[in-house]
Amino acid sequence: MAKTLPKVDVVVVGVGWGGGIISSELTKAGLKVVGLEKGKPRTTADYFMSHDELRYSQRYESMADMANGRTVTFRHDMKKRALPYREWGSFLIGEGLGGSGMHWNGQTYRFLPEDFQLKSEIIKKYGEKKMPEGMQVEDWGITWDEIEPYFEKWEAMAGVSGEQDPHPAAVKRKKDYPNPPMKETPVTKMFKEAATKLGYHPYHMPSSNLSQQYTNPDGIARAACQYCAFCERFGCEFGAKADPVVTVIPVAQKTGNFELRTYSQVTRILHKDGKASGVLYVDLKTGEEFIQEADVVVVTTYVIENTRLLLLSKLGVPYDPTTGKGVVGRNYTYQVYLGNAYGFFDDKEFNLYAGAGALGAQIDDFNGLRFDHSDLNFLHGATIHITQLGDRPILNNHVPEGTPAWGEDFKKQSLKYANSTLVIKAQGASLPFRDNYLDLDPTYKDAVGDPLLRMTFNWKEQDRALSKFMGEKAAEIMKAMGANKVNQGGKNVKDYDIRNYQSTHMNGGTTMGNDPSMSVVNPWLQMWDAENVFVVGAGNFQHNSGYNPTATVAALAYRAAEGILKYREKGGSLV
Amino acid sequence: MSEKDKAVSNPSRRNFVKTGAALAGTAIVGGIVGNLIGGKQVVEKETEKVVEQSVQYTSAMMFFTDPNDLKVIEAAAERIYPETEEGPGAKALGVAYYIDHQLAGAWGNNVKEYHVGPFYETEAVPEQGYQTRMKRNEVFVSGIELLRNEAQSRYQKKFDELAKEEQIAILQDVEADKVKLHGTAPASYFFRLLKQATIEGVYADPMYGGNKDMQGWKMKKYPGANTSQYAKVVDQDKFVEIQPESLNKHMM
Repeated sequence: MAKTLPKVDVVVVGVGWGGGIISSELTKAGLKVVGLEKGKPRTTADYFMSHDELRYSQRYESMADMANGRTVTFRHDMKKRALPYREWGSFLIGEGLGGSGMHWNGQTYRFLPEDFQLKSEIIKKYGEKKMPEGMQVEDWGITWDEIEPYFEKWEAMAGVSGEQDPHPAAVKRKKDYPNPPMKETPVTKMFKEAATKLGYHPYHMPSSNLSQQYTNPDGIARAACQYCAFCERFGCEFGAKADPVVTVIPVAQKTGNFELRTYSQVTRILHKDGKASGVLYVDLKTGEEFIQEADVVVVTTYVIENTRLLLLSKLGVPYDPTTGKGVVGRNYTYQVYLGNAYGFFDDKEFNLYAGAGALGAQIDDFNGLRFDHSDLNFLHGATIHITQLGDRPILNNHVPEGTPAWGEDFKKQSLKYANSTLVIKAQGASLPFRDNYLDLDPTYKDAVGDPLLRMTFNWKEQDRALSKFMGEKAAEIMKAMGANKVNQGGKNVKDYDIRNYQSTHMNGGTTMGNDPSMSVVNPWLQMWDAENVFVVGAGNFQHNSGYNPTATVAALAYRAAEGILKYREKGGSLV
Repeated sequence: MSEKDKAVSNPSRRNFVKTGAALAGTAIVGGIVGNLIGGKQVVEKETEKVVEQSVQYTSAMMFFTDPNDLKVIEAAAERIYPETEEGPGAKALGVAYYIDHQLAGAWGNNVKEYHVGPFYETEAVPEQGYQTRMKRNEVFVSGIELLRNEAQSRYQKKFDELAKEEQIAILQDVEADKVKLHGTAPASYFFRLLKQATIEGVYADPMYGGNKDMQGWKMKKYPGANTSQYAKVVDQDKFVEIQPESLNKHMM
C-alpha cells in the first residue's frame, strides 16, 4: 500500500534540463516543488575521473541502467516483432541528476523560424503535393516571435558562446550571445576558408562550453572551457559546460522551495476526470511506494520516456498508425546524421587530442527551407559542420576507404592519420511519417513489471535522399580543404541500424500544437486531456530540425514555466 | 617539524611512492622521478629500491581458468593489432589480460544490459542489435573453442602456434560468418566483440591492465589524461607532442 505524502504545489518527474529549468523558475517564483529523479545525485566532485574514455564512453557510466528495463524494443515496421535494444548503440539515454544535460556536447542552436510552421511553410513554398505519401509534418502552434525571448533567456542562463549566423536568410539576433565564440583553430579556419571559397556562409558553432569565465543572471559563476576534450558522454569537472547540475538545480535548491528525491522512479501519473492528483513512485533503495500529491504535475523525463509514462498512466489517447487517430506516440522522429566526409591529410598534423564538445564551424546554407527543393526528392535539410571534439583513441581509428578493418595495414593507417583525419558531418532534419511511432510493447517488461516502450522506425526515401545530398556537400568542402583522400558517407543508406551510435536526438511522441487531434499538449505544453499536467521535452517537437534540440527544449521549458504560473493564477486551459 | 611542515612534506613522499610504482617497469632513473616531485636527494635513493620491486601485478587471470585460453586470445588480438615498426602489438601491450579482466566483470557478464528473454535469435535482423542469450564471456568461451577447432581441423595445430597467415585466414572466416560457433551468437558477433575489446585494451587507461606503459597512446601521440596544456595548444598551427599521463596521476 503506497504511502501518501503531503500535497505540494508542483511535482516534477525527472530532473535534467527540462525538470531543472522548470524547478528553478517555479521555486524562484515561490512555489514549492518536489523533484523526483530515478537516478543518483551528482555534483562536480563526481566528475573527478571524467577523463576515462573506457568507463564513460565505452561502458556508458552516465547512461541509464538498461538491466532495469530502461530501454525500448525496436522494429523496422509494423509487420515485424520488436526486439529489445539490449546494449547502447544508436542513442544514449542519460540517467541521474542532470539527465542527458550532464553528458551532452553543448552544441546550442535556435531552431529556424520556419521550423515552427513547417507544414504551412512547405505548402506556401511548394504546394501540398511536395509532401510524399505518409509524411505528416505539422505546425507547432507557436510563432518565432512567441518563442524568441525564451531562447534569449536560455542563452543567458547557459552562457552560450557564439556569433551571428551570417547567412542572408538568418534571423538577425536582437542581442549578441552572452559570450564570444570559442577559439578559432587551424581546423575551423580551414573549413571556413573552403566554405567561403565555395560561396557558403560559415560561422563558429554556438557552444554551451564557455569561451570565457561567466556569471549568469542567476548569479551562477562558471570557469572557461579548458579544451580538455572530454564533453560528450562525460561530466565537465570545470563546470565550463552548461549542465543542470551546475546551473539551474543549485538555483532551485538555494530558494529553499525545492526538494530533490533521487532514486525515485515514477510509475504512474494519478488522474481522474481530466485532472491529475499527483504521481505514484517507488523508492528504488527501499522498494517502498509513495503517492506524491500535487496541484501540478510536470513530466520532464527523457523524450520517449515521457510518452511511456503517459501510456502507462492511460493519460491521453494512444496513437494508432492504422487509423491515424490518437496522439500519444505520434510523430516520433530522430536525426539524420549519415551524410558526412572523412578527410585524410598526408602532410598535416593537427592537435586533435584537444577540443571541446561544441568547438566547430558550420554552414546553415542547406538547412530548413533556405534553399530550393523544387528538383530534390526531400524536404528540409541539414547543417554541415566540422567539429574538433578531441579525438579520443578508442573511438577514433579512421582509415581511408579500402583499408582493411583490422590487422597490420589497419594499424599503420590508423596511426598515420591519428592526428591527420578531419570529419565534416551533416546533421539532418528528421520529418515525421505515419508509421514511425511509439507504443507499448506487448512482451517485454522492466524491473517493476511495466511494459517497455516499443519503437517502430525506419528511414524513408526522404532520409536517404537527404543523406546522399548532404554527403556530397560535405565531400565538396572536404576536397576544397585539401584532403588527400576523402571517404564520403550517406551514399547508400539502407535500414535504420540501432547498433551504431548516430545521435541521441529523439523527438516526438508528446507533440505540441493548436489542434488536439494532432498534438498531446497545447503551445504552453499543457496537456489537452489534463489541464494540470505539463509535458516538457523534445517529445514536443513535431519534427526535428537540422540542429541539436537542447536549446529549443529549454526555450519551450522556460515558456511552460510561465504557463504553469499563469495556470496557478487562473486555472483552466491556457488557450 | 611543525604541523604545517608535515602537511607539505608528507604528501610529497606519498607522491613519490605512487609515481615510482606507476612508472616502474620502464627504465626509470632516480633523477627523473626526483625531478617530477622536487628533486630531493633522499627521494632518489628510495626510487631505486621501488624499481627493483616492480611487478606487473595485473598480469594474472581473473576470468579464464586455463592459460591456454588466454594464449588463444592473445594470439587473435595480436592479429587484429599486430606489432609493427610503429610499435608494440596487442600481446606486448597486455591486451589479453585486459580482455580477461573485462570478461570477469560487468561487461563480460552483461550486467548493465537488458539481458532478459524471450530471445528470438533467428528471427532478429542484425540492425536490431545483439539478441543472443549468451553473455559476452560465454561468447568468448565459444569463440576460443571455435578458433581452436578450426586450427586443429585445418592445420592440426594449436591456434597460437599457427603462422600469421593461417591465423588471419581463420579470423577472416569468423568475421564473415563462414564458420559457426557453438551457441546462438553468430561468429561475426564474437569477432566484433574481440575487435572492440582489442582496441580498448590498446588505448584504455593502463589502470585496466592493457596499454602497457601508455605505449598505445604514445604510438598515437595521444596525451591520455594529461590535458592541462590543451587550452594553450588547441589553436596552434604546429603539432605539439605532449607526454602522456594516466589517471593514476590524478590520485597523487
